[in-house]
Amino acid sequence: MEHTKYLVVGSSHAALEAVTAIRMHDAEGSLTLLTRDPYLPYSPTVLPYVVSGRSAATGIFLRDEKFFVDNRVQLKRGTELKALHAERNSAELADGSEIAYEKLLLATGAAPAIPPIPGIDQVSYHVLRTLDDAKKLHAAIKQSKQAVVLGAGLVGMHAAENLVKAGANVTIVEMAKQLTDGYFDQVAAQMIEKAFTDNGARILTGSRVVKLAPSAIGSALTLENGTTLEADLLLVATGIKPNMDYLDQAGSAVEHDQGILVSDTMQTSVANVWAAGDCAQAKGFFTEAKVMNAILPDATEQGRIAGMAMAGDPGLKHYPGGVPLNTYHFFGRHAISVGSSKLADGAEVLTRFDDASGRYLKAIFKDGRLLGIFGVNEFFDGGVMCQLILRRVDLSAVKERFVANPLAVGRELMSQLWR
Amino acid sequence: MGRSYNTIAFDAAKCDGCGDCMTACATAKTGSEDQTRSRIQIVGSADDGFELALCRQCGDPKCVTVCPAAALTKSTESGVIEWDAAKCVDCLLCTIGCAYASIALDAGTGHVAKCDTCDGAPACVPACPHDALTYITTARIYNEVGDWEDLFAPGLAGCQGCNTELLMRHTLRRVGPDTVLATPPGCVPGMGSVGFNGTTGTKIPVFHPLLTNTAAMLAGIKRQYKRVGREVNALAIAGDGGASDVGFQSLSGAAERNEQILFMVVDNEGYMNTGMQRSSCTPYGAWTSTTPIGKGSDGMPAQGKTQDAKNLPLIMVNHRCEYVATASTAYMEDLYDKLDKAIEASKVGFAYLHVYSPCTTGWRFPTDQNIEVARKAVETNFVMLWEYTPGAGLQFTRPVDDPLPVTEYLKAMGRFRHLSPDQISHIQGKVVENLAFVKQMVHQARA
Repeated sequence: MEHTKYLVVGSSHAALEAVTAIRMHDAEGSLTLLTRDPYLPYSPTVLPYVVSGRSAATGIFLRDEKFFVDNRVQLKRGTELKALHAERNSAELADGSEIAYEKLLLATGAAPAIPPIPGIDQVSYHVLRTLDDAKKLHAAIKQSKQAVVLGAGLVGMHAAENLVKAGANVTIVEMAKQLTDGYFDQVAAQMIEKAFTDNGARILTGSRVVKLAPSAIGSALTLENGTTLEADLLLVATGIKPNMDYLDQAGSAVEHDQGILVSDTMQTSVANVWAAGDCAQAKGFFTEAKVMNAILPDATEQGRIAGMAMAGDPGLKHYPGGVPLNTYHFFGRHAISVGSSKLADGAEVLTRFDDASGRYLKAIFKDGRLLGIFGVNEFFDGGVMCQLILRRVDLSAVKERFVANPLAVGRELMSQLWR
Repeated sequence: MGRSYNTIAFDAAKCDGCGDCMTACATAKTGSEDQTRSRIQIVGSADDGFELALCRQCGDPKCVTVCPAAALTKSTESGVIEWDAAKCVDCLLCTIGCAYASIALDAGTGHVAKCDTCDGAPACVPACPHDALTYITTARIYNEVGDWEDLFAPGLAGCQGCNTELLMRHTLRRVGPDTVLATPPGCVPGMGSVGFNGTTGTKIPVFHPLLTNTAAMLAGIKRQYKRVGREVNALAIAGDGGASDVGFQSLSGAAERNEQILFMVVDNEGYMNTGMQRSSCTPYGAWTSTTPIGKGSDGMPAQGKTQDAKNLPLIMVNHRCEYVATASTAYMEDLYDKLDKAIEASKVGFAYLHVYSPCTTGWRFPTDQNIEVARKAVETNFVMLWEYTPGAGLQFTRPVDDPLPVTEYLKAMGRFRHLSPDQISHIQGKVVENLAFVKQMVHQARA
C-alpha cells in the first residue's frame, strides 16, 4: 500500500494553505495532495468571472506544476476519496486502491445543494461549482434568451448579472424575502435589487418553485402562487452542502453535523484527521456554537491552522472563530460586509445613506465593540475592520467619527494599535 | 536559500505629516496630485505619532492567499507583491485579507492599487523633505553573499546572539576558498574555527597560532606559498586582546615589513572567551571580571576600568599600511566595501580591518540587541567609521553630523550601569576628543 506522511484531500484555498504551512515547518516529510478535479488548483470564487468571460479559463490557476515539484508534493489530479478508514489511517480511493497516511486533512469543499423540487430530475439545469460547470455555463449564456436563476445568493446574482449583460431576459427566484440574504441587509438588498431591475431583470423574492417539467425551450417552472415561468437556461444556485459522503461509506467515526466538526486546531473527533474550509464546521467568532462559514478568507485561515497542527508547528495559534466576510460587485458598484449582521441583545445600529451618491453604511456595535460593518459604494479596509472585531477594540470614544469615515478612522486606530 | 529584499523604511520620529510623499506617489502612479489616490498613506496625527499605510511586501502575504484569481503574486526576485491587472476581477477580497490597509480601492480606476516600489526607485522616498523615508538596499549584499559557499561549519559553539558568527561567515564567503586562515586564541577558535574531534570548523586550511605570533606565522606561510608560486589569501581573524596586547609586537612587525596579509580584528573590547577580562581595548569605566565594581581597597571604590582604551586602528595608520579601516556590522554595506578594498590591498601589502563587535555576554545586553548596540556606538560617535590609504589619507566613510549623546549608547548595556555622572562626562569628553583627533587627521589628508 502507498504510504505518505501527510495526505491532503482537496486542492483549493484551505488545502493549498495547509500545504504551505506544513512545508514551513517540515520541509521533507512526504506529502500527497489528492483532488477529484482534473485541473490544477483554482478557486470556486473566481468561477463567475470565467462564466462572464472576464477571466480566461486558462489563467485562473492558483499554483502551477512547478510549485508542487519545488515543494516535493505528489499531486494526484482526477483522484477522488471514496471512503475514509480512520481506524487504520487509510484513505480508499475511487479506483479501490488505498493510501496509508500519518496525518490527513479533509479539505474537500462543498457541492451545490439541489433542492428537492418535484420534477427536478426531469429537466436539465446548470450549477456552478467547478471549472467544467463554468465552461458549460459560459457557452450556454451566449445562447440564452430567457433564463431563470434559482437562488439569490452571490453565485446566483453573479450569474444573473452575466445573463442580463449577455442580453437574456432573466428572472431570479428566491425563497427568502430579500436578495443576498445572510450577506447584506434589507437596505443594501434593495439597492442591489434596484440595480438589477433597472437593467431589466425580474426579481421574485419570497417565492418557491413547487414543480419543474420539461418544455419546448427547456423547462417550465411553477411557483407556489401559481405563476409559471419558462426557461431555456435554468441555473440552480440555492446553496451548497459539504462534500463528506466518504465519511459514511465506511461508517467512519468522524463526527459530523452540517459539516465535519472540528476543534480550535481544526482536528476532527478522530486521531490524525483534520478538516478545513467549506467542508468544516468550526467555532463561530460570535457564538460558541459550531457554524458553517463557507467563505474564502476563512478557508485560508483554517487551512493554515490545520497545516501547522499537522506538522507540529509550535507557532500554532488557536482559531479565533469564523467571522463572516464578503465582497460583492454588481453593475459597477461594490458592497462589502465584515462581521455579524445579526442583532445581538443590546446592540446599537448606526447607519447613514446618501441617496445622491448611493453610498450606504451600517455599523453594529455592542458595548462599544464593533460587531459588523456593511457598505455599499463606500470603501473601507475590510482587513482593518476584521482586526477591530477580532481584537474587540472599544470604539465608544470614536463611534460617530468612525461611522462618518470608517476608512480614515480605521487606519488611525490601526496605526495606534497594531503597527 | 531564501532571498533578502530591498525595502522602504519609515522613521516616524522624522515625519511631520506634510504629505509630500503622497503627492509624489499620486503623481507618479495616477498623474494626478490627489493624495487619496496615493499608495502610501500617512495616518495618525502629530499628537499620537504618524504611521504609514503602505504595503509591507509581506513574506507570507494574506492578500495573495485570499485572491481567488491568482492576480497577486510575490515575486521571488524583487520580493514585491505584484498585481496583474489582466487577472484581477475587482472582487476586493485582498482588501479584507490585508490587516494593514495596504491594498485599497483606487476610486479613480475602480481597481485595487498597492505599492510596487516603482520598480526599485520609489518616488515617495526622494520626495520626503525630512528623510523620514529611506529605501534600504542592503539586501543586494546578502543575496550576493548568500550565493557563495559558506566556508564555516554549520554548527557553532558561540554564545547566543554573537556578532562574530556573522563576521566569520560573511568574511570567509567573501575571501573564498583560496585562503589560509589564522585564528589565535579567542572567541573565534573558541566557537569552532579550529574544530572538534580532529576535523576543522572551516572548509579552508586553518591554524591556531599563539597569541604572540599570529602575524609572524601567517606572514611566513604567505611567503612560502608565494615561493612555490601559489596565489592565496592570508587572513587572520583575531580578537582585540590577541592584537592589541601580547600579539601587538608581531602585528606591528608584520605591518612594518608590509607583509601581504589581511589582518581582521574582531574588537569586543576584552578577553571575552576566557571569562571577560579587560584588555587594552576595553573602554574607560567598563565593568569586566578584572575591573570589577565594588568597595575596592585603600578607600578607593572600584568603578570599572580606570584607563582609556588604546586606539589600535589609529596606531595601525601610523604604520602607513596599504589599507586600514574601521567597520561595524550595523553598517554592512560599509563593511563590505572595506572588506573588498582590504582584500585587494592585501595582494600588495599589509591590510588591517578593525571591526567593532558588541559582545552580548561580556557587555551585558539582551541577545537580540547586538546590531542595535553596534548601531548606537556609531550614532553616538563612540566609534567612528573611517578608512585610510597612503594615497588618500584618512577619510570618514560614514560621518555622523548630529551625534546622539553617549548615554544613548552606554545605557544600552549592563557593563556601564554603575557609571557615576563624573565617569559619564569623562567618556563624553573622550568621544569629543577622539572625534577632534580623527578630524584633524582627515583635515591633514585634505591639505
